[in-house]
Amino acid sequence: MDKFSINNLELYYGDFKALKGINLQIPANEITAFIGPSGCGKSTLLKSLNRMNDLVEGCTITGQVLLDGEDIYGDMDINLLRKKVGMVFQKPNPFPMSVYDNIAFGPRTHGIRSKALLDDIVEKSLQDAAIWEEVKDRLKRSALGLSGGQQQRICIARALAVQPDALLMDEPTSALDPISTSKIEDLVTELKNNYTIIIVTHNMQQAARISDKTAFFLLGEIVEFGETENLFSTPQDKRTEDYITGRFG
Amino acid sequence: MSNINKRDFRQKINTYKRNPVSLILALLVILSAVITAGILLFLIGYILVKGIPNLSLDLFAWEYTTKNVSMTPAIINTIIMTLLSLLISVPLGVGSAIYLVEYARRGNKLVAVVRITAETLSGIPSIVYGLFGFLLFVVACGWNYSILAGAMTLAIMVLPLIMRTTEEALKSVPDSYREGSFGLGAGRLRTVIRIVLPPAIPGILAGVILSIGRIVGETAALIFTAGTVAKAPKGLMSSGRTLAVHMYALLSEGLYTKQAYATALVLLVAVIGINAISNFAAKKLTKE
Repeated sequence: MDKFSINNLELYYGDFKALKGINLQIPANEITAFIGPSGCGKSTLLKSLNRMNDLVEGCTITGQVLLDGEDIYGDMDINLLRKKVGMVFQKPNPFPMSVYDNIAFGPRTHGIRSKALLDDIVEKSLQDAAIWEEVKDRLKRSALGLSGGQQQRICIARALAVQPDALLMDEPTSALDPISTSKIEDLVTELKNNYTIIIVTHNMQQAARISDKTAFFLLGEIVEFGETENLFSTPQDKRTEDYITGRFG
Repeated sequence: MSNINKRDFRQKINTYKRNPVSLILALLVILSAVITAGILLFLIGYILVKGIPNLSLDLFAWEYTTKNVSMTPAIINTIIMTLLSLLISVPLGVGSAIYLVEYARRGNKLVAVVRITAETLSGIPSIVYGLFGFLLFVVACGWNYSILAGAMTLAIMVLPLIMRTTEEALKSVPDSYREGSFGLGAGRLRTVIRIVLPPAIPGILAGVILSIGRIVGETAALIFTAGTVAKAPKGLMSSGRTLAVHMYALLSEGLYTKQAYATALVLLVAVIGINAISNFAAKKLTKE
């Protein structure tokens, strides 16, 4: 069953065509990695999946993106879409408030007021993001006092707290040290049982380690998309091969 | 152990011997700093020395009479004037800044108009505001000399200040907070109120403090709008002088110079007090 179905998507920033004729079916409960050199459009495509590009001035999109068969650029409420499709950013961006309030922000946004219910959600989300043990004694203290790796897991917990279907991760480990990175990778692998995960990464080893499917982007196009194993061992396209063997990019 | 990265006096002299111009420049900048601090300290000291001996309990009597030029009515007027002006200008200023930073799209015509208007407004001398307030509120609206007319005039005067400082405060909130909030499905209103405004509050407060300073210290704009009646107001429509106007009146009458010094002292202490309190409040708020 495909979670996202992207049909003939084109995206312009002003006159610049950033994405060209993208067709992609992203399966549910798997990890899909987007790889490619800087400026190839992988983050742009990611942000089109929860309409974060709407915030960008002068951005126009044509084509179709279906989430569970429903057109996300149609009548779907944009805030509901972003509740269903959570996002984790490149730089950890916890809000300048307590750990508890960070996690509870999403559920509160969507109308949950009961203290007991919020307590449960906060604990469960932090546990799912594998950071409960580290922060359970300091839930009321500012999230900005945590390390970068912890902050990023807080952000993952925050995204999980609104019970999304899918999680978009935009280079979530590029600002982190190797130990934090490996913790996040373990976590992501754990999470795919319950969520559809799309991860943009510059790190090809990371894509190879954790993803089930990989899409290789170049100059706004998808050059190759397939099982991660196949793409890395027997790439079909010469350009993919050049990239993954480090000949350019 | 001796500190090897700290140059001693002899070494400094040697450097300057090689380059005498830099010695002159160094002395000049030190001198400017000393003069600036000196003027301020002298001013405060002078007011203290002249003011304290002239302070007496009589000056805080409830009623103002020609025999005893009490400043209590003026203090009451100042407080009312400040609160009323802020009540009008803060919501408007903060609201328009939120619109400009959070809602308006870039290249929007209205944004350009609002910006130019605000900048122009902030450059106008206060006596012009006084004249404008007199013609519009006092004459055209028929409010006569009144606290309300004065407060409206001052509100217009500090509006650009509050708007600009709020704008800067909002712009200093990282976009990553907004993205994080939108990414969780929060709408724009919730993002602004819960995510963007709290970290911006100290900056907004700084603008409000500056505005209080201008309101408390303003005379020209008030003489033509709120008048100089030295009584505590019966209502918003009665005339009343603030402390600064009171001082101006005492001095211009030429009979009450000593009392004017005492008033200056109270004004100075009040402004310093307001600054201290709001700094304290801003620190408390940022710590949370």
